[in-house]
Amino acid sequence: MSTPFYVSPQQAMADRAEYARKGIARGRSVVVLQYNDGVIFVAENPSRALHKVSEIYDRIAFAAVGKYNEFETLRIGGVRYADLRGYTYDREDVTARGLANVYAQTLGTIFSSAGEKPYEVELIVAEVGAGPEDDQIYRLPHDGSIVDEHGSVAVGGNADQISSYLGQRHRDGMSLAEALKLAVESLARDTNGGERTLTAEQLEVAVLDRTRPQQRKFKRLLGSQLTRLLDGGEAPASGEESAGES
Amino acid sequence: MEANPRSTGRLPAAFLTPGSSSFTDFLAAHQPDLLPGNRQLPAQGVVEAPHGTTIVAATFPGGVVLAGDRRATMGNVIAQRDIEKVFPADEYSAVGIAGTAGLAVEMVKLFQLELEHFEKVEGAQLSLEGKANRLSTMIRSNLGMAMQGLAVVPLFAGWDVDRGKGRIFSYDVTGGRSEEYGYAATGSGSLFARGALKKLYREDLTAEQAATLVVQALYDAADDDSATGGPDLARRIYPIVTVISDEGYRRLTDADLAETVRAIHERRLQEPDGPRASLL
Repeated sequence: MSTPFYVSPQQAMADRAEYARKGIARGRSVVVLQYNDGVIFVAENPSRALHKVSEIYDRIAFAAVGKYNEFETLRIGGVRYADLRGYTYDREDVTARGLANVYAQTLGTIFSSAGEKPYEVELIVAEVGAGPEDDQIYRLPHDGSIVDEHGSVAVGGNADQISSYLGQRHRDGMSLAEALKLAVESLARDTNGGERTLTAEQLEVAVLDRTRPQQRKFKRLLGSQLTRLLDGGEAPASGEESAGES
Repeated sequence: MEANPRSTGRLPAAFLTPGSSSFTDFLAAHQPDLLPGNRQLPAQGVVEAPHGTTIVAATFPGGVVLAGDRRATMGNVIAQRDIEKVFPADEYSAVGIAGTAGLAVEMVKLFQLELEHFEKVEGAQLSLEGKANRLSTMIRSNLGMAMQGLAVVPLFAGWDVDRGKGRIFSYDVTGGRSEEYGYAATGSGSLFARGALKKLYREDLTAEQAATLVVQALYDAADDDSATGGPDLARRIYPIVTVISDEGYRRLTDADLAETVRAIHERRLQEPDGPRASLL
C-alpha cells in the first residue's frame, strides 16, 4: 500500500492562498474612497449589466473583484442576510460590521476546508454614517480576514500600487468630484507607471450619499451625470440629481 | 441568530443558492415560520382586532392618486384616530389597505421588502403587473385568516413606467385581482365613496384636482359610514393622500392638505351633501 505524499499544513495553506491571489490579480481593480458626503465606489468595468458594485441595504454597499460567479453568490447571500435581518428586527439593526463578519466566516470556512476550492474574490463592505467619522469600510480578502480601512482602499490586480498612490493623495473632506478624479487617476495608472485614459463608458461609479433624502442611500452615477462630473469637475446641482432619481 | 444555525457562523447554504429573486420564496425555503401564511390557526373562535376602513384611488393623465382615511375601529369603538393605511410599495407604486390593521401592516412590510429585494438582486424593477401579481399571491396566502374574519383587502396603484400611465388594481379576499379604470374604492365606506367618485370623476383632472376628488369621496364615505373617519379639523388629522407619477411616489404634506380640506369643509357648510352633479 502506497503512502500519500506528506504536505505540511503551512504548504497547503500557502498553495491555496497563492491560487486565490492569482485569480484575484487577473481582474481589474475597484477603489473605494471616503468623501465629505459619503463613500464613492469606482471600478473599471465596461459591462453595463454585470456589476462589481452593488447595493446591499439602506446604508450598505458591496464591491468585489475576482471571479464573477463567486462574488455574485456572496452578494446575493448578503442581500438575503440583510433583508432577513431587517425583516426580523428593524432596518436600523442591519450593519456593515455584522455583514462583514458573516462574509469573513463564510470565506474563512471555505478557504480552510480542504474539500472546497478557495474563493478567488476580495470584497469591500462599506456603510455610510451620519458623518464622515461614522463611515465604515471593511476589506475582506479571500482567506476570511477582515481589515478595517479608513480613507481609501483598493482591491484587485495592481491593488498595492493603487493603494499607495491613493494613500499619498487622499485627504479628508474631499468633494465628490475631487474624489472621483483621484479614483480615476489611480485606476488609469498601469503597472509600468504609464497612464491610460478612462472614459465614462469604461467606468462603473456608485456612491453611498448620506445627503440623499431617501432611506436607501445607494446611487449609481450614470451617463451624462458621470460625464459632467468627470469633465467639469463641478458637482451636479441638487435639483437635477433629485429629478433623475426622485 | 438566523444566519448562524451551526457553530461555523458561515452563511447557510440557502443564502448562497442561486435561483430565486423573491424574498418570500427565500423565507419559505429558509425560515417558513416567518411567513404570515404559514401560521397555525386555532380551529375556531373569533378575535377582536382593529380594522382599517376606506381606501380610494383615481387616475389622472399624469399619474394616479391613492388616499385613505385615518380611522381604525374595533367593533363600535374607534381604536385609533390617526392610523396610516396607505404606504409606498416602492418608488413607483403605493398600496392602501382595508381590513385587519395588524395583518395589513405586516403584509405591506413583506410586500415592500419583496419589491426591494427583487430590485437589488436583479438590478431592475418588476413590471407593474408583476408587482400586482405578487400582492395577489400574498392575499391568497392569508385566506385562512380571512375566513376567521381577519381579512386584508388592498388597493394597489402605481405608475406603469413601460406604458407611461397610472393604473389601479383592486383585490378580493381570495387574491382575485382586477384592474380598475378611472377610479376605485375598497373597505367599509367604499360604496359611498364610489358613488361620490362616479359623479365627480372626469378624465382630464390635474393632480391637484384628483387629490381634491379623493378627499371629497372620503368625506362622503365618512358621512354615511360610521367606520370611516372624516377630516378631523380640530386635531388636524387629515386623510393620507399620495400621488404617483413619472417622478415617483409623493405623499402630500399636511400643509398642502390643510388647504384642500378646509376649502371642502367651507363649501360643505353651505351645501352639506357636497357638489351636485347635473340631472341630465
